[in-house]
Amino acid sequence: MAELTAIQKSLLENIADLHEVPTGAYNIRSDGGMLGRNTTANIDIVTKTDKPGIDIIIKPGTKNQSVHIPVLITQTGLKEMVYNEFFIGEDCDVVIVAGCGIHNAGDEGSEHSGIHTFHVGKNSKVKYVEKHYGTGEGTGERVMNPSTEIYMEEGSHLEMETIQIEGINSTERKTYARVEDGASIVIKEKIMTHDNQVATTDFKAELVGADSSADICSRSVAKNHSKQTFRSNIIGSNACKGHSECDAIIMDEAIVEAIPELTAANIDASLIHEAAIGKIAGEQLIKLMTLGLTESEAEEQIINGFLK
Amino acid sequence: MLELKNISYLVEDEGLGDKKEIIKNVNLTIEDGFVAITGPNGGGKSTLAKLIAGIISPTSGQILFNGEDITNLSITERSKKGITFAFQQPVRFKGLTVKDLITIASGKNITINEACGYLSEVGLCAKEYIDREVNASLSGGELKRIEIAMAIARKTPLTIFDEPEAGIDLWSFQNLIHVFENIHEHAGGSIIIISHQERILNIADRIVVIADGEIREHGTRDEVLPKLLSQAAPSPALGDESDTALGCPTLLDKIKK
Ligand SMILES: Nc1ncnc2c1ncn2[C@@H]1O[C@H](COP(=O)(O)OP(=O)(O)OP(=O)(O)O)[C@@H](O)[C@H]1O
Ligand SMILES: [Mg+2]
Repeated sequence: MAELTAIQKSLLENIADLHEVPTGAYNIRSDGGMLGRNTTANIDIVTKTDKPGIDIIIKPGTKNQSVHIPVLITQTGLKEMVYNEFFIGEDCDVVIVAGCGIHNAGDEGSEHSGIHTFHVGKNSKVKYVEKHYGTGEGTGERVMNPSTEIYMEEGSHLEMETIQIEGINSTERKTYARVEDGASIVIKEKIMTHDNQVATTDFKAELVGADSSADICSRSVAKNHSKQTFRSNIIGSNACKGHSECDAIIMDEAIVEAIPELTAANIDASLIHEAAIGKIAGEQLIKLMTLGLTESEAEEQIINGFLK
Repeated sequence: MLELKNISYLVEDEGLGDKKEIIKNVNLTIEDGFVAITGPNGGGKSTLAKLIAGIISPTSGQILFNGEDITNLSITERSKKGITFAFQQPVRFKGLTVKDLITIASGKNITINEACGYLSEVGLCAKEYIDREVNASLSGGELKRIEIAMAIARKTPLTIFDEPEAGIDLWSFQNLIHVFENIHEHAGGSIIIISHQERILNIADRIVVIADGEIREHGTRDEVLPKLLSQAAPSPALGDESDTALGCPTLLDKIKK
């Protein structure tokens, strides 16, 4: 594999906590090309032939293995659209770490749009982590538009964690899940926006199976003049449980919108939505100040804890 | 040593559209040692504590701490000078853990063992609590103990406890006394305990009685306590009707979520 530059290394650290090439299966995409790939006996990675992207094929019964598929962009003005498709066999237990880091030193916009599709086999357990990070001294915008489609077979479980803390000017996230009998999905989102950033997330979960469940939890902090929109739609058409929660701290001149939708089409569907938007509670600041922190240190602790 | 000189605190009374004087020209010197402040509900005890910690500013008057005028210092500055305030109603935080708060309180990076030590002192099983979020899932009594653990971790020359025993039902009184003694041993200085409990008043070097925003009594325990007991008979609750005959607080009404 080619040597990583300092910028690539720092992006990798930020999006995947990787200090070197990961163990296990991986595919590192950088500036539209492939920087490195490793497959294992159980996990195959194949370049798509009809469009940009890869297929990740995980054999049935694969346990305690991980796949890393980070995407790095360091070229100003690069715009790409990538299709990654995961085929996870039955009875697996795997961790998948995706994520995208953009370093834009120029004045042209860099943009990554990814469509990830998951086919989660019967009784498989998947943990999926996706971290977004932007940096660079250029004036060019850093844009990311991730779409995720998840098809969950009977008895499967997927936990998706998305994190975007810094440096992305504009993001539009779309997530769709179709959940069959006894399957469950948990989505945890953490977002912080600042300056004039815009972030929109749109979750839709269709609970079609008996005893299926979805738990969507978004925690966000909006600072300065940034704007966030949170949309969630849970549709329960069987005996199922759905819960969505949007918890936002708003600061300065920021705007946060929460638009929840619930559709129950079965008498045994139990769906809940909770949304709370507000500034940092004054008494929290005061308590930390009586412990010796300045107001801005207190603010930082409260936000870090909230997004932890 | 803490000195309050001619401290008054006025608020706008929303009902009457008028000003209401909650603290009325208070002069008080708090010496080193244990000082208990007591008095009826609404008398102004918590307000006085907030004035000392800098959470509110007096309408007039002066506050001196070890001879230095701190009237215009911020909460943070007073805290750094060595003033600690354990709230009557502790604050909940989403996301911050017990370990986080105790670390912040101690002002330095402490080990898990040290943090656990503070929790054990307040009678909490450290392992179960150290990583818990200080959020709505904690009970009122647990929260109150964590608030006290933070004060212990700070070890400052002035610590104010606002009704430390409230809501803590099954914790032995000896442990609470031990907490006060420990702080005193480590940091010296003064410990102010706002309380309605006779048993707390019993260990105080000096007792201050506040009612209606004014100091009604201030003297040694032996001077003040007998007067209070004769006034408050037959109940030892000293103006707090929610204390039980056992002398155990059942102040559930005070742990307003
Ligand atoms: N901001 C405010 N606006 C109006 N009234 C206030 C304000 N703050 C305090 N008060 C009033 O001042 C009085 C003193 O309140 P304080 O909380 O100091 O009483 P306390 O002695 O601590 O009582 P308790 O024993 O019930 O804790 C009360 O009557 C209270 O309602
Ligand atoms: Mg009070």
